[in-house]
Amino acid sequence: MKADRAVMTRWLVVDLLVVLYALIPVLWIASLSFKHPSTFTDGSFVPRRWTLENYTGIFDNPDFTRGLINSIGIGLIATLIAIVLGTMAAYAIARLDFPGKNALVGASLLVAMFPQISLVSPLFQIERALGLFDTWPGLIIPYITFALPLTIFTLSSFLREIPWELEQAAKMDGATPFQAFRQVIAPLAMPGMVTTAILTFIFCWNDFLFAISLTSSDRARTAPATISFFTGSTQFEDPAGSIAAAAVVVTVPIIVFVLFFQRRIVSGLTSGAVKG
Amino acid sequence: MITRAPARHARRRISEEKAAQRRLALWLCAPAALVMLLVTGWPILYAVLLSLQRYDLRFPGERAWVGLDNYAAVLTDPFWWNAFWVTVVITVVSVAIELVLGMLLALAMYRTLVGRGAIRTLVLIPYGIVTVVAAYGWRYAWTPETGWLAEALPAGSAPLTEKVPGLAIIILAEVWKTTPFMALLLMAGLALVPDDLLKAAAMDGASAWQRFWHVTLPLMRPAILVALLFRTLDAFRIFDNIYVLTGGAADTGSVSLIAYRNLIGGLNLGIGSTMSVLVFLTVAAISFLFIRAFGISAPGTQGERR
Repeated sequence: MKADRAVMTRWLVVDLLVVLYALIPVLWIASLSFKHPSTFTDGSFVPRRWTLENYTGIFDNPDFTRGLINSIGIGLIATLIAIVLGTMAAYAIARLDFPGKNALVGASLLVAMFPQISLVSPLFQIERALGLFDTWPGLIIPYITFALPLTIFTLSSFLREIPWELEQAAKMDGATPFQAFRQVIAPLAMPGMVTTAILTFIFCWNDFLFAISLTSSDRARTAPATISFFTGSTQFEDPAGSIAAAAVVVTVPIIVFVLFFQRRIVSGLTSGAVKG
Repeated sequence: MITRAPARHARRRISEEKAAQRRLALWLCAPAALVMLLVTGWPILYAVLLSLQRYDLRFPGERAWVGLDNYAAVLTDPFWWNAFWVTVVITVVSVAIELVLGMLLALAMYRTLVGRGAIRTLVLIPYGIVTVVAAYGWRYAWTPETGWLAEALPAGSAPLTEKVPGLAIIILAEVWKTTPFMALLLMAGLALVPDDLLKAAAMDGASAWQRFWHVTLPLMRPAILVALLFRTLDAFRIFDNIYVLTGGAADTGSVSLIAYRNLIGGLNLGIGSTMSVLVFLTVAAISFLFIRAFGISAPGTQGERR
């Protein structure tokens, strides 16, 4: 019994270290966002004077609210398209036998490892020529491309796990192929698609390089890019308070996703990357 | 004679089925393949074309074909080589730290007896948080006067304005953000190690360290190599953290950062594209080395064997 308690205590300490590791930088930026401007430079981890001024400030800032709308819209559209195209390809990879399957898997692996910066110069020029520069599609298209390998890997490993004999059985029982798919297979595939959608959305939400290179105004600039362009309301004001508050606003939805779908995110990430 | 005809008939039906399957697969895969090809293949070819031209958007009249002049200019430029070695150092150091730290984290998450679910959830937070946001957190933490970490430093020091401390903080930010990802991949590898084998080794008198070194690690080899490859290529693209933390000041810029600056700041398409192509070639060389040296097969291609 005593030994057990010692083991438990040891794990408790280890867990505590892990929790501190994961949370301290996040708590710090949250603390900064609640600090009253007069206490901003006290270097204290916990605010000495609390305020919500920073939050009201950024929501009054049309650039930031516009950036949030852009982030949500661009992220959702890119995720939706990537999931549709990715599911089609993943289904073919998991279920059908066809020449070029390995080539497709290999090619999407190459895309997953593609250095984004290598696309910035040509895309900058191509999008300016096509009139896509500084528009929603101008960001959505590259996001879809980089999200596709993720969706293809994750979904094909999910789809492979589905017992497809069920489909056969449903057809035997008189279901049409579409009915069999909709009522038997689709519900089984849904968790995988939700997981993949979350991972894709996190990826789009997180992007910074394309967001600052392929936009020039608040028409399509996403929230992370907007934050980096924050200036204080006067030249001498440090925008740190606004940046911290905006940072928290941008982080909250992702943390909510992560807390809700934790188990699925873990399995999605690991099956997509390791088992393939 | 009687049995042959149906057999031939059956064979034809099978091959028809196969052809139908192929057609379906083609239609299902075409959109995804087309998007990936059009948005990566074509631009990279276009980048090669641009890199062979003198093409500065500020002086569009001077556009001309210059052959490999841009490559000569970049490859003899000390700024490029500084950025190159900075990127290499950041990649090697951060991936090495992440591997060790990630393994510890993976073991803790895998074996812990206290609050396993909660720990596995919390560890995902650094993965989910926007890199730019985390980078601002670190920047303010290390800025004198605002930061709680800067307080711990001797008065008057401003680590983000000096090269070595600046790089150390960039690596810290990178490691914090991506170690959980490494840990998750390694945890998936740990799950592949059968418990019976570890028990048998323990029976034979192997110590915990010996079990880890001689049983766990070799069985995890594929997972470790894939994680290393992914993280190495990912670290080589480092941009967000440097942009926010130092902005490339004091020679801390990575290849991605100086390519970006040449393009967006300088509007120099020729030089910017040359750097784009060079980064692409470097990344291709790294993946080639990994696949050759460690014999990593592309994830997914071994699907049939399972």
